[in-house]
Amino acid sequence: MSSKVYIVGLGVISSIGNNVAEHLAAFEREEAGMAEISKLNTIHQGELPVAEVKLSNEELIAITGLPVNSSRTSLLSSVAAKQALDDAAIPNLNTFRVGFVSANTVGGMDQSEDFFVDFLADNSKGKLRYVHDHECGSITEIVASQLGIHDIVTTISTACSSSANAIFYAARLIKNDIADVVIAGGADSLTKFTLNGFNTLMILDKEFCKPFDENRAGLNLGEGAGYLVLVSDKVMSALNKVPYCILSGYNNSNDAFHQTASSPEGTGSYLAMKGALAKAGLQPADINYINLHGTGTPNNDSAEGTAIKRVFDPFYPPMSSTKSYTGHTLGASGGIEAVFSVLAIKHLIIYPNLRFSTPISELPFAPVTSFLKDRPVKHVLSNSFGFGGNCTSLIFSVA
Amino acid sequence: MKVYIRSAASISAQKSFKQAGFLEEVIEYTGTRLPVIEPDFKQYIDPKLIRRMSHVIKRGVAAASECLKEAGVDMPGAIITGTAFGCMEDTITFLTRIVEGNEEMLPPTAFIQSTHNTVAAQIALMLKCHAYNNTFVHKGVSFEHALLDAIMLLNEQEADNILVGGTEEMVDTSFKVLTRLGLYKRWPLSNLNLLQTVSAGTIGGEGAAFFLLSDKSDPNNLAELRALKVLFNPPNIVHSISTLLQENDLTAADIDLVVTGKNGDTRNDAVYKKVTTAIFPKQPIANYKHLCGEYPVANSFGLWLAANILKKGEVPEVVLERAASNLRPKRILLYNHYQNKYHSLMLLDAV
Repeated sequence: MSSKVYIVGLGVISSIGNNVAEHLAAFEREEAGMAEISKLNTIHQGELPVAEVKLSNEELIAITGLPVNSSRTSLLSSVAAKQALDDAAIPNLNTFRVGFVSANTVGGMDQSEDFFVDFLADNSKGKLRYVHDHECGSITEIVASQLGIHDIVTTISTACSSSANAIFYAARLIKNDIADVVIAGGADSLTKFTLNGFNTLMILDKEFCKPFDENRAGLNLGEGAGYLVLVSDKVMSALNKVPYCILSGYNNSNDAFHQTASSPEGTGSYLAMKGALAKAGLQPADINYINLHGTGTPNNDSAEGTAIKRVFDPFYPPMSSTKSYTGHTLGASGGIEAVFSVLAIKHLIIYPNLRFSTPISELPFAPVTSFLKDRPVKHVLSNSFGFGGNCTSLIFSVA
Repeated sequence: MKVYIRSAASISAQKSFKQAGFLEEVIEYTGTRLPVIEPDFKQYIDPKLIRRMSHVIKRGVAAASECLKEAGVDMPGAIITGTAFGCMEDTITFLTRIVEGNEEMLPPTAFIQSTHNTVAAQIALMLKCHAYNNTFVHKGVSFEHALLDAIMLLNEQEADNILVGGTEEMVDTSFKVLTRLGLYKRWPLSNLNLLQTVSAGTIGGEGAAFFLLSDKSDPNNLAELRALKVLFNPPNIVHSISTLLQENDLTAADIDLVVTGKNGDTRNDAVYKKVTTAIFPKQPIANYKHLCGEYPVANSFGLWLAANILKKGEVPEVVLERAASNLRPKRILLYNHYQNKYHSLMLLDAV
């Protein structure tokens, strides 16, 4: 099996920027992406803040060249995946076995929910083009076709850990000698379905979210897409460039506690972090930064914090939840935060956890509150946990 | 490394679940949609939980439990599922409430259970299984990608006894929409005449099938999964199949039975005709979608069928298109494609 998997390309779009450079600038300015709902047609406008990508569907269609009436999920996926592939700039790409492993949770739901209004009134009504790409797999297929990828194309959906699992899976495709190059990550767009779903669970903060704060009151939903380009040793040696880093560790464990709630002791997250450290051959003290799952819900942050305490006590690395900037982008979050983790290593930076004021009483640590430069960032742990107890941790390390 | 199927459990439109016989009594339906024969869920699931679970969850949990039981394994080393549409019943319920209630006064249960990973999650929850847990949602090869993940885990020596399943449920709404999209025939017919009624469209179906995979040889194993290939828009499928045979040092003559995913749709079946004419002009051929209907993970029923044919050394009459005398297959090629876009090839050997 190939010993190392290198990261050579990045692409990202979220409420704080349409590309990598805009994200870095927003982080340094400490500028969050949340605002009143302006694009999603919902009764919750003005009541629940969300982190919308600033571009309209029309603008995204113009950028991507995808057909009019495309699902916003495929538009966001296309933008970020294309950026990642361009950034990797792999010559003679078609001489390699190329994969596209993409995750999402909503598929083309943004269109399906419009179809459904007409369909419910009369089952013979509703424009079929709005349900044609309902399936999660359709989003992946559209973008793979646009990128000209056909060797290995698949979609993963494990709720909020989806795109971390996509990156994990991509690395294994390379190590098992099934692929040489894989673009992996995920996308999700805001929909009424998810906004109302999370609202019924009463875990949406009516203010901007405060991850890992004692007085946190829930999450803000966001949207976006984030992708990495992963390559094998063989491809790396053929490239005339320095990789960003390697994916050194990964683990997927299940909390097996409840369909939506995390166990109080954070069993799944504990096992995921421990497993990823073991895979990377690292000790907890080797980790220089943790990109937290940190949704801002009382339950997640308490369980994740407890698990971190079990793994890291008494030496806590700097940590923060970048969801304080982007909101919770669900199936895209693992991919977007993987991009941030890689950028932390590349630029030796640590992102602040915005709006933090009071540490959680039962936890002996607190997140970073200002943008830090010139830090020795060699190993970054990124957590992604989801409904169904699906917990995944990734570790990125200097090459 | 070798990959073995230790056990298999299938809930389908036929009497495939916990049956002593092997498709001895074939169930005939008339229409364009095959239902599922529901097992007694109380044997597998706490009755308090049954009420809240949608059909796909109940079937997935029951099929997974039965699969483990048949292998005599309490705790799997990983749980991996494939589904294209996920939890349709709960998705439609929640969508309907959003529209009818204008986004107000919504109960959360349907949303909570609507995520695509719910079946794998509920199995983990029931077993208190903290191991690797993944869900693939890639159209007509969702199940095959779950299998590929399991094979890689075995190859990495990361886990053994990997539970892999394909689940799909058909609800009235999805059936109506898919009918409008032209997937199904426009008039009712007997499923037993489906493959002789080649015209536009097929019949819809649903089901749940689970398999336990191991790299350990055992006389009780059902079959060896010798090779799996998943292809997206292959330029020449005949060439792809020939290559697979060559890679495994086989010729067409080494294949005792070809099991295909014919479904009575003209364009769909033409692809199988081309392949069998070019590579397997004389081999015995079997088909299965007249028994279970067409759905994105229907090939999980195909794998259940193929594994049982190899184990039992018999081919049920109802699946045979082209027979041979004294047919006791030792090697099967299971070939399915989904809208001629995604193709899957599995080579299976008797153990």
